[in-house]
Amino acid sequence: MSVIIVLILVSIAIAVSFLAAFIWASKSGQFEDTFTPSLRILNEERDEK
Amino acid sequence: MSENVTQTQNLETFYYDNRIVRAFGWATILWGLVGMLVGLIIAFQLYVPAYFPSLDLGIEYITFSRLRPLHTNAVIFAFVGNCIFMGVYHSLQRLTKARMYNDFMSWFHFWGWQSIIVAAAITLPLGITQSKEYAELEWPIDLAIAVVWVVFGINLLMTLIKRRERHMYVAIWFYIASWITVTVLHVFNSLELPYDWFHSYPVYAGVQDALVQWWYGHNAVAFFLTTPYLGLMYYYLPKAADRPVYSYKLSIIHFWSLIFLYIWAGPHHLLYSSLPDWAQSLGTVFSVMLIAPSWGGMLNGLLTLRGAWDKVREDPILKFMVVAITAYGMATFEGPMLSIKSINALSHFTDWTISHVHVGALGWNGFLTFGILYWLIPKLYKTDLWSKKLANAHFWIGFMGIILYAAPLYWAGVTQGLMWKQFTADGMLQYPNFLETVLQLVPMYVMRSLGGALYLFGVVLMGVNIYKTVKSGSFEANTEAKAAPLAAEYKSKSGLKHRWLERKPVPMFIATFVVIFVGGAFEIVPMYLIESNVPTITNVKPYTPLELHGRDIYVSEGCYTCHSQLVRPFRSEVERYGEYSKAGEFIYDRPFQWGSKRTGPDLHRVGGKYPHSWHYYHMIEPSKMSPGSLMPRYPWLAEKSIDLDMTDNKIGAMIALGVPYPKDYDKIANEDLMKQAQQIVDELKQSNINIDKDKQLVALIAYLQRLGTDIKVKE
Repeated sequence: MSVIIVLILVSIAIAVSFLAAFIWASKSGQFEDTFTPSLRILNEERDEK
Repeated sequence: MSENVTQTQNLETFYYDNRIVRAFGWATILWGLVGMLVGLIIAFQLYVPAYFPSLDLGIEYITFSRLRPLHTNAVIFAFVGNCIFMGVYHSLQRLTKARMYNDFMSWFHFWGWQSIIVAAAITLPLGITQSKEYAELEWPIDLAIAVVWVVFGINLLMTLIKRRERHMYVAIWFYIASWITVTVLHVFNSLELPYDWFHSYPVYAGVQDALVQWWYGHNAVAFFLTTPYLGLMYYYLPKAADRPVYSYKLSIIHFWSLIFLYIWAGPHHLLYSSLPDWAQSLGTVFSVMLIAPSWGGMLNGLLTLRGAWDKVREDPILKFMVVAITAYGMATFEGPMLSIKSINALSHFTDWTISHVHVGALGWNGFLTFGILYWLIPKLYKTDLWSKKLANAHFWIGFMGIILYAAPLYWAGVTQGLMWKQFTADGMLQYPNFLETVLQLVPMYVMRSLGGALYLFGVVLMGVNIYKTVKSGSFEANTEAKAAPLAAEYKSKSGLKHRWLERKPVPMFIATFVVIFVGGAFEIVPMYLIESNVPTITNVKPYTPLELHGRDIYVSEGCYTCHSQLVRPFRSEVERYGEYSKAGEFIYDRPFQWGSKRTGPDLHRVGGKYPHSWHYYHMIEPSKMSPGSLMPRYPWLAEKSIDLDMTDNKIGAMIALGVPYPKDYDKIANEDLMKQAQQIVDELKQSNINIDKDKQLVALIAYLQRLGTDIKVKE
């Protein structure tokens, strides 16, 4: 059953890469505003012609 | 690159690429129709022998077991896949305020993906398959998938880097996670050793192969059918309802919790199998935890419509989306329930599973796709939908289709599960003849196919509606937009410019670790696996050359689509089939053949159960040996020959994978093969059956008679 170790390591690697992404996102202020992004996507037609 | 950027003051003018969006849209509709039509055909084939025996034409290319993988692949990767790409290419440009990074890459992605679909549609009916569910395509196509997928990934990533909007809307996160995970899953599940241009053996064997396959299979559902569609939901539902998502904060929590939990749930496909118990429990625990993020997402979707339910009454687009999200909620509640061992004991291998996945596929994926198409196509053509009425008709017909599909199959699943387990008062199986439990389901199969037909009819109506819409509008190939570029540099609070140091090392370090780790794993994995496949049961021996040929025929014909090879440790199964399956028995099984559904009986202990002649007649005309059988006929097996020139390739590949054949056995394997074939042919002759030694059927009989006999307890 050694493949299970491989799978767990691969799964952890994926999880760790997501964690890194999460840390990056938090630190770079992606989640500072948790309201206006939801409104902004509705307004984009105004920017289109 | 055709990005045409002109600066006026601080604003840049650029153009969204609508052509690529439209192309993926047409592909979605086309392959949707094809995939569903194939589904309808195989639903029909399931009861053809019961009512229209003469319609089983005995044509190998259209037999159930070869078409079923075509249906699943077409619906998942062609229909849903193209819709994902359509939605990503449309929404990503607008969310990032940037054209897709490279038009050539976009079109390479489009045509590459369509070619892969065509290759699948050719190879699967030809019986060229790896038999791993939703990963059936053989190695050259696997490689093509990897290339096209990576090009898509680069295009995606570079568009993000070039974005003009600092904040990445939650949908984008879902797209990124889907891309990353699917890449890893595809690579690890496709590690195989080719032995000719269109065939290969997996590097994993038996239980290990099963575990990797269902780690893939489960996450294919998670990261191909679910997370990209959640991204689409978070973009298109607010757009269609013209109101913001209920809670943007919740959507972020939904995303992160979902992706951290999803990857661990795979073993729930292998409950009561030979997989170690702790791994099974791990799968169950994570599956149950998944209810929380899944329902968080569902509620976030539904609550987006708070105060707007009057719109839902009018608008077919919102109707489709509401049912889609509800179906998502139902399927993600049911999934964890089915992962609980006591429920799984009843549901596994029955049509309950088929019903479960169709609530997801028809409800969640299908209806969200239709909602998006009805919203998007008129936008691209600067017009209104041709007929709202027709779209409403499509909604109700499709909805009835789902009900009529799912309800009978739930009924069938429970019926099947209960009948398999039913004992009489004096402790005998109530339904010892498996066929009895199958024929009980025929009316349900009929109803299910009617449901499927209704659903498909709805899609045809959509095709008409969209065609008319297109005719009445004019396509805008490039949409002009304006946005300010991102500020190139930003200063940290201390005023020092150390953005690089501050923000990059952690991700960089981890990215490096991952890259190194994956590279290392490639080298370690095969070595590791061979070592752990040393026989643990001494009388389990490698397959003989003839049996190996027979096994490859079993794989190629897709027998696993109806027959399992895994006797679970229940009294009802041991009574019916024989000793329950042990992990050590599968160490030479490449690929594993446990299957996922029993429309026919389990075959792990079929070896020695019937004489050769029984198998001969049964393959040519199943109903001769078991009257009323629903199994398709396989007459070509008695006509077609095995390729003896392949024997040394096959054995050689097995030796390379660590199977302990004697040294240089590949060179002399055909002699043994002929000897064994002669024995079978001689025995068949005693029953007045004349067949040549090299026919496929002889090899298949050799394999079937070997199955499960290594440790068979003599009665």
